[in-house]
Amino acid sequence: MANTDIVRNTLSVLVQDVDGIISRVAGMFTRRGYNLVSIVSAHTDTPGISRITIVVDANELVIEQVTKQLNKIIPVLKVVRLEEESTIARAIMLVKVNADNTNRPQVVDAANIFRARVVDVAQESVVIEATGTPGKLRALLEVLEPFGIRELIQSGQIALNRGPKTMAPSK
Amino acid sequence: MAASHTPTPATVAKKSAGAENAPERMTGAQAIVRSLEELGTDIVFGLPGGAILPLYDPLFSSTKLRHVLVRHEQGSGHAATGYAQVTGKVGVCIATSGPGATNLVTPLADANLDSVPMVAITGQVGRSLLGTDAFQEADIRGVTMPITKHNFMVTDPNDIARTLMEAFHLALTGRPGPVLVDIPKDIQNAEFDFVWPPKMDLPGYKPVTTPHSRQITQAVQMIAEAERPCLYIGGGVIKADANQELLEFAEYTGIPVVTTLMALGAFPESHRLHMGMPGMHGAVPAVGAMQRSDLLIAIGARFDDRVTGNLDEFAPDAKVIHADIDPAEIGKIREAAVPIVGDAREVLSALLRTYRSSKNLTPPEISEWVDYLTDLKERFPRGYDKQSDGMMSPQFVIETLSQAAGPDAIYVAGVGQHQMWAAQFVDFEKPRTWLNSGGLGTMGYSVPAAMGAKAGLPDAEVWAIDGDGCFQMTNQELTTAAVEGFPIKVALINNGNLGMVRQWQTLFYGGRYSNTKLREQDEYVPDFVTLSEALGCVAFRVTREEDVLPTIQKAREINDRPVVIDFIVGEDAQVWPMVAAGASNSDIEYARGLRPFFEGDESAGESPADIHEVLEDAQGETVEEVLEDRAEKKEN
Repeated sequence: MANTDIVRNTLSVLVQDVDGIISRVAGMFTRRGYNLVSIVSAHTDTPGISRITIVVDANELVIEQVTKQLNKIIPVLKVVRLEEESTIARAIMLVKVNADNTNRPQVVDAANIFRARVVDVAQESVVIEATGTPGKLRALLEVLEPFGIRELIQSGQIALNRGPKTMAPSK
Repeated sequence: MAASHTPTPATVAKKSAGAENAPERMTGAQAIVRSLEELGTDIVFGLPGGAILPLYDPLFSSTKLRHVLVRHEQGSGHAATGYAQVTGKVGVCIATSGPGATNLVTPLADANLDSVPMVAITGQVGRSLLGTDAFQEADIRGVTMPITKHNFMVTDPNDIARTLMEAFHLALTGRPGPVLVDIPKDIQNAEFDFVWPPKMDLPGYKPVTTPHSRQITQAVQMIAEAERPCLYIGGGVIKADANQELLEFAEYTGIPVVTTLMALGAFPESHRLHMGMPGMHGAVPAVGAMQRSDLLIAIGARFDDRVTGNLDEFAPDAKVIHADIDPAEIGKIREAAVPIVGDAREVLSALLRTYRSSKNLTPPEISEWVDYLTDLKERFPRGYDKQSDGMMSPQFVIETLSQAAGPDAIYVAGVGQHQMWAAQFVDFEKPRTWLNSGGLGTMGYSVPAAMGAKAGLPDAEVWAIDGDGCFQMTNQELTTAAVEGFPIKVALINNGNLGMVRQWQTLFYGGRYSNTKLREQDEYVPDFVTLSEALGCVAFRVTREEDVLPTIQKAREINDRPVVIDFIVGEDAQVWPMVAAGASNSDIEYARGLRPFFEGDESAGESPADIHEVLEDAQGETVEEVLEDRAEKKEN
């Protein structure tokens, strides 16, 4: 029997860069009741082809259906499931933290430990830019929390396989 | 009657490839007409309006392309479906922007769920007005995204030919389905250099039609070892024109066959191996064949909830071999031990070829199993009761029609009780003789789809079997049929009620008939005879059984106009057998309160004689007694 545990899955989807493609992909998730966590789309280095990274919470049976249903969308060229252990996944986060003359060095220190960068400084706040896995970003937030977080924005994840293997468009 | 092999976009492209014409200066509208002609379309169903007006000008002068002017865009969509279902070719419909296009939504959703090859062309407001909430603007591409196989908006006249060729290719190949092409008015008006044939560009579309040999070998091995195998045949077998291959495979292996609502006619019903239609209103032997099976061989079927009933208790002992052209159908509902992606015809012929050429595999030894099912077939034949109020039985009308018109006629049902009775009481022997809205359950499908079928096969006798509820949704297309010369025949099963809903109210809502009564039993409102005459038909009313056959015969002799027969039938007739929604198939009731398999697993060992006894007991009861019984049980 297929595993029924719901786990986080990452899919890399190569698509023709035609108008409405995001609607088609996102609409399929809504219509079939799949739990979409994040979706990121951008051009690839091949003109006319975009790569969409989708994070979805699903059990084994559902993720197989998601993959098949994505493949049914006509402008979808290729769908690859990325295995967690062999995948590099990154999201970017911008976080505006309370910081004045008394504690600014502490905030900057915390950022440095996480290899995050301070990209804006004002009288009462700093903006920190961090990239990393969801786990790392969460850990950074926990450290920053006591200073007081004013505003937070995160991107969805992008991901690719480790090693020389690529996801070339199948022609 | 089966569709002859018609030009597919690929063969058309090949044929004209050598003779590439020099570019021709023309408008986008002319290019649409030319492309349709080149793709082999000879008939389109549509209704003009502002945003599609440019297209209607060259359409007017086309000699190869006939346009049928419908009375409502929904009719054009269902007509295209009916045409496609009988011919196997792509059905084409045309509508204007906004309301014209949204009126196509129901037929598109219908064609999508029943995998019908159809192309809808819609006008759209000019590009400069797109997104401004212009007059008659609707984002039909956005609206139809979830209910089409694919859709396009053409934004450059140079893309017209390619887009239409791609639309036809997508509609017809792989798992067929509807494709919508939205064309802004300024694109239709633009002048440009037309080139045919265009080059298709669909890098993401590669349907697999040839099954993998390893899976075929596995399947054959499994079949050879099965003790209670069952061929579970779906509409894909008809779409793939695989009925001959199915017959050969079934006869070689001796495996019993059940045909779903979408597959009626894929296997001759008179055949000894045919166990009937499974599902909510299926035959007892067909339901038994699945429930008791140890191996379901599903070909072009998708384990619809109306077939499986309660999924946890569906065919509990069966392993599944699932062959479908759409990989997403395999394992969607039921785990498949052997998944086979491929075209039904290729799969069936590969199975047979592999079976025959294998030295150590013989057809399974299943005579006991076949005997058991044959016995069920004899003990639980289709049947119906006389109406207690003396009215005609609807089943009698349909049974008589089937005997009179025979297996060469085409039967097109609406949705509801009459649809189920037609599925049960018409004897289907040939593919593409049964059209209905199986997946979406679209009331109003029958009349326009019958018209489309008649347009596709002008020499065939086409009978719409419609209910009075359905008929009142789309009967305006009778005028189209009368004016355009499609002499279809309509057997109107008129019980004055939304019958199927009423049946559920009888069974599950304590007989509270909320809003299902369409008229008083002694009043004919509307008067379908004068209404049909006003619409341009010949019409008769039949209230007595002895008039049924003579009136059908009279109707069969009229071929210059559509004919409507208003059969006044009893309102209390019910569709049996029945598996209540969400119940286990093993709880199927042959007649109300009579469950052949009710003893659960133990009844597998129950002798047919015991079952017979139960049957006789139950048959002694009248409907009223059963009703009282139920009422008492409830009170207790």
